[in-house]
Amino acid sequence: MTQTASTTGQAQALNEVALAGQERREQWTLLGLSTPAILVIAIVVLVPVGWLFYLSFVGSDGEFSLEHYKKMIEYKSYARVFMTTFQVSLLTTLICILLGYPLAYFLAHLPGRWTGLFMLAVLLPFWTSLLVRTYAWLVLLQRKGLLNDLAMQIGLWDSPIKLVHNMTGTLIGMAHIMLPFLVLPLYGAMKKIEPDMMHAASNLGASPIRSFWNVYFPLSVSGLVAGALIVFVLCLGFYVTPAVLGGGRVVMVATQITAILEYRFDWGAASALGVVLLIATIGVLYLAGRFFKFDSALFGKG
Amino acid sequence: MSWWTQPATQTQITHGDRFWLYVTAAIIMLLLVIPTFIVVPMSFSDSQYLAFPPETWSVRWYEEYFGSRKWMRATVTSVKIGTLTTLVATPLGTMAAYALFVSGHRAARAIFMLLITPMIVPVILIAIGAFYAFGRMGLNNSITGLVLAHTAMATPLVMILITAALRSYDLNQERVARSLGASRVKAFFMVTLPQIKFSVVTAALLSFLTSFDEVIISIFISGGSNATLTKHMFAALRDFIDPTIAAISTIMVAVSTVLLLTTQFIGSKKS
Repeated sequence: MTQTASTTGQAQALNEVALAGQERREQWTLLGLSTPAILVIAIVVLVPVGWLFYLSFVGSDGEFSLEHYKKMIEYKSYARVFMTTFQVSLLTTLICILLGYPLAYFLAHLPGRWTGLFMLAVLLPFWTSLLVRTYAWLVLLQRKGLLNDLAMQIGLWDSPIKLVHNMTGTLIGMAHIMLPFLVLPLYGAMKKIEPDMMHAASNLGASPIRSFWNVYFPLSVSGLVAGALIVFVLCLGFYVTPAVLGGGRVVMVATQITAILEYRFDWGAASALGVVLLIATIGVLYLAGRFFKFDSALFGKG
Repeated sequence: MSWWTQPATQTQITHGDRFWLYVTAAIIMLLLVIPTFIVVPMSFSDSQYLAFPPETWSVRWYEEYFGSRKWMRATVTSVKIGTLTTLVATPLGTMAAYALFVSGHRAARAIFMLLITPMIVPVILIAIGAFYAFGRMGLNNSITGLVLAHTAMATPLVMILITAALRSYDLNQERVARSLGASRVKAFFMVTLPQIKFSVVTAALLSFLTSFDEVIISIFISGGSNATLTKHMFAALRDFIDPTIAAISTIMVAVSTVLLLTTQFIGSKKS
């Protein structure tokens, strides 16, 4: 009797070992399915970026040096580029918050059958090439463009004013391109807020304004911060729109990197600037991650 | 009681009380949509100077576009690269997303984070990095290099869409199929895939657009006879306002509108 029991026990233990082994093998096979994707990302992103990181520490004499980073601190031109980048990113984010919050609120409170239609207003620009949209703004904002014509007709200003190839044009174009990135996660967060919460607040005697600020707004903040963060981080490294609408007057980090490569072919300096941009991006994401908890909203696209 | 005095929310705010919200939202939506479509009437203008509304109408900029060898060659390149990117990125991303979702291995989360780095690293850095590394590998100005780079950009999007689809799908169905004797591969293709196929189609469309609209990497690593449409467009935008761009833009807007409406249609059928 006791002998049979111990044999069964042994068999069971053996079985478990075999099963566990099988599961491990299966897990590894499954992980193996992701290797082609890992390879592509490694060839295109990880290895080249690592390479640039290395190049940024190689001086003009081919030895290890910090000269590229030192220049960034010493030269005034670099400080100006960083200031412009920060300024443009911050202002664009603020404009997007001001325009995006009411829009997301409006969309989140539409009756179901209208949502799809009005959502198109956000999704359509999102799916349209940013080059096309930048071009459209170039045409709209030019001296003889639609906006100047319209403003003069209704008497806002008398002679055409310069709206493009400067900071104004850059900000208008950037805000237009970034707005959907703020609205989509914010809309997602607002959709998750229970309408009963607002009901309860007003039931307990809060005025509509008070229940909005004390109940609704705090619940929507996670979506707002996630959206603002995506916008800010995307702005930091933006190239096309400032290059076209800024007309050479708005020099951001990405513009500076291409200029260095185009005119000086200095890989060390360009890499160092790129590394700083990457660290700034990761830093912003990390800091924000410490203060706010994010779910998939951060990467919720489309 | 008219619509104006009806309560709009749980807090008894009436539609009239928040009419300002509707006006504000309408203005913002117009600001979002108008610049997307303004290129359409402009592309049919006869004038060099893009006056609005156009004084005389013509299709000369379309003739210019379709008659130009440079633009036609770039268009063919962009379509080719977009198609190849879709064909590579969709299976690659789906495979990786499925593997990481079902494996339950400790490393799965870390690998997922690794695979979405192209969304976090600034594109300009990816562009110059690829330009440098591809230069060493002889991949600059080649179709292979462009497809590789665009696949890296599209794969994270595919993974995010497929992972979201798998989350709302009950994996037990696949277990049932396997306990009834189907292999894992068979169970995936016969049970799981048919149920996430709408997300796979959306992911494929988005991959195509990601590649077709991509500018910065293309500026750096494409060139010669393999220059993309966006590379030529960007060069034309920086130099002067060529109305041919309006015609090309109109075609691009049409393409993305059709693709977007397709996904919306798929989405409404799904739910």
